[in-house]
Amino acid sequence: MTLLGDRQQLSYIASQAADARVNLELETEGMTLNIGPQHPATHGTLRIIARLDGEQVVWVDPSCGYMHRGYEKLTEVRTYPQVTALVNRIDWLGSFANEVPFILAAEKLMGIEAPLRAQHIRTILFELSRIANVSLFLGDLGVQLGAITPVFMAFRDREYVLNLIEGATGGRFHPNFDRIGGLKDDLPAGWIDETRTVMKKLRRFCDEIEDLLFGNEIFQSRTRGIGVIPRDIALQYGMSGANLRASGVDWDLRRDQSLPMAWDKVDWKVWTHPDGDSFARCWVRLQEVRESTRIVEQLVDTIPAGPVMTKVPRIIKVPEGEAWVCTENPLGEMGYYVVSQGDLGPFRVKIRSASFNNMSITPWLLKGVYVPDIVTILASLYFILGDIDR
Amino acid sequence: MNTVSLIIAEVPYWGQSLLRVLGGLVAVLLPAGTIVYLFLFKMMSFMQSRLGPMEAGPYGSMQLFAEVGKWLQKEDIYPARADKFIFKLAPLIVLASTFLLVVVVPFGPDAWFTNFEAGIFYALAVSSISVLGILIAGWSSANKYSLLGGLRAAGQLIAYELPMVLAVIGVVIQAGTMNLQGIVLAQNSGSMFGFDGLGNPYVLTQFVGFVIFMISVQAELTQAPFDMPVAESELVSGYMTEYSGFRFLIFFIGEFATAGVFAMIASVLFLGGWAVPFSWFGWTTMDSVDNWMNLAGPLILFTKMMVIMFLVMWVRFSYPRLREDQLQRFAWKVLIPISLVNIMLTAILKVAF
Repeated sequence: MTLLGDRQQLSYIASQAADARVNLELETEGMTLNIGPQHPATHGTLRIIARLDGEQVVWVDPSCGYMHRGYEKLTEVRTYPQVTALVNRIDWLGSFANEVPFILAAEKLMGIEAPLRAQHIRTILFELSRIANVSLFLGDLGVQLGAITPVFMAFRDREYVLNLIEGATGGRFHPNFDRIGGLKDDLPAGWIDETRTVMKKLRRFCDEIEDLLFGNEIFQSRTRGIGVIPRDIALQYGMSGANLRASGVDWDLRRDQSLPMAWDKVDWKVWTHPDGDSFARCWVRLQEVRESTRIVEQLVDTIPAGPVMTKVPRIIKVPEGEAWVCTENPLGEMGYYVVSQGDLGPFRVKIRSASFNNMSITPWLLKGVYVPDIVTILASLYFILGDIDR
Repeated sequence: MNTVSLIIAEVPYWGQSLLRVLGGLVAVLLPAGTIVYLFLFKMMSFMQSRLGPMEAGPYGSMQLFAEVGKWLQKEDIYPARADKFIFKLAPLIVLASTFLLVVVVPFGPDAWFTNFEAGIFYALAVSSISVLGILIAGWSSANKYSLLGGLRAAGQLIAYELPMVLAVIGVVIQAGTMNLQGIVLAQNSGSMFGFDGLGNPYVLTQFVGFVIFMISVQAELTQAPFDMPVAESELVSGYMTEYSGFRFLIFFIGEFATAGVFAMIASVLFLGGWAVPFSWFGWTTMDSVDNWMNLAGPLILFTKMMVIMFLVMWVRFSYPRLREDQLQRFAWKVLIPISLVNIMLTAILKVAF
């Protein structure tokens, strides 16, 4: 080993010290960025606490509850028919779909079933609310990624669907139309013809969005490979709906369980995507809107004649018991666990909403992504705030 | 020879200065207002199947004045922890760079504010000053979103300065001068392969340079798909988040006035500027151009500017935005190599022909 001269040794030590000092000075501490509670990417008042290193996320903590309205507790002081007015507001873009599982649970406890015509109309309105919900997602996706035009197309064409829902139920956003044992009213005259033309418009809207957004190279480079959820991780976190199907799990409650609804009477397809990234989630939803228009078109052709309401007592008392009914809502699996003690109202209701479980993956998913990707991933996971904070 | 004495016989020096200041204001504000009304209000609305402003004036044409009135009435808010002096200075720096930029644009054979020998060099140099304003706006706002926006803007504007300069070099080689008036002369008195009916607009002979220049302009103006510094859905308007009222108005004017001036420079560099092809009227040199072009020139330049702005806005309204790293990769790995190849090819062809 050769000995270093004094000068060399000193300069070596000095250079080491200088390096250490530079490293110490450049070792920037991270920054905590509060995304929300008021932020355009959160569709409401979700707060995401993100610890950043530069523009890269070190960890995130989604903090919900800013809009908690206590619906589970409120149902305990309502009668059964009053509850539908509450649960409409859970996923406010697809309101009718929220009513159906609760009503089905109550019917299951009472041991009655809606007439065939009511089942058909329920399914049609269910799918219409899915179209109204997801078509807005397709437009909003563009806004989140910086393209401002698609959202106006989405609002334009969603208006036709809302008009249909209003024509049948009287309410654009919150129909409150489902009753235990059937529906409030029959369909108005001319509604079926209009539905057929609107479904054609919606399919054209899907083609437009596919051309404008999904075919865009910038859109693809922003979404492909971003926020990949593998199949087993998606199952572990209890994801459901299109988020799960985009991870390659062939799972759809409309097909996989038998409910007194009309999905098994028509020909449709469950779309899945093997990639599990943001693009896959958006693409699966786009295909679902197309499938929904097909379901509605087939159903309006085959609505059976008959009453829309079975015989139910004037004052509804649900017999003692417990029931769990879940359906495939626009956002994913939504279910109600209703406990009845034979009163006018439920004793306890547990609401399983899809967005709450879908959001729970974000701390795992957002680790290591860039700030713009937070917005992409949140948009593609597609949550409605009312669905997180019931 | 100067601008004013040709139109009115004798104007004293203070009068000339006054006319220049007024001319500068008109040259900056009139295009900005027209762009905002025509493209931002109306064209955007028609593309999005809505009508846009319709109430203020015929077809909402007075909407901009209503908006300015609204901004002027708003309270001037600044954050408690902001660096107040710098916070107030930032929008002025951004707007000042626009005024510095407009002085080199030629509007007619004798209608110009100044006629630098290295005009395009000066224009590219002063256009970078706005980065400074944006950066200190982001820094002094004491807001994390603004900070991210300001830093993104700095990174982006500096990265896209380079392809812009390299794209302009092709034009400079072909024209043989850096003087903007000389570039106009070279285009309109030139010919393509012996055909002089169109002159030689560099949008045809320097098409690659034109495309690179327009992409860089899009990025310099922070318009979508390069609007990460102001990204509304993630950074909530970035460096402008904390600005309200009059200061926001200055940022807003600065954004669209700079857009207008950049479009003017693009039309001077690539579309022939204020002139029509000289062969139409039998002109050969700058001195033989008729005097009425001093009045018609600004209108022709304005029309060409609007064509350029239409392209910029069309892209803005239809594209999603890139990510910051994708943007940098695009600048350094795609645009700069292509523009270097473009320069070499231009130089070789210039020598060959």
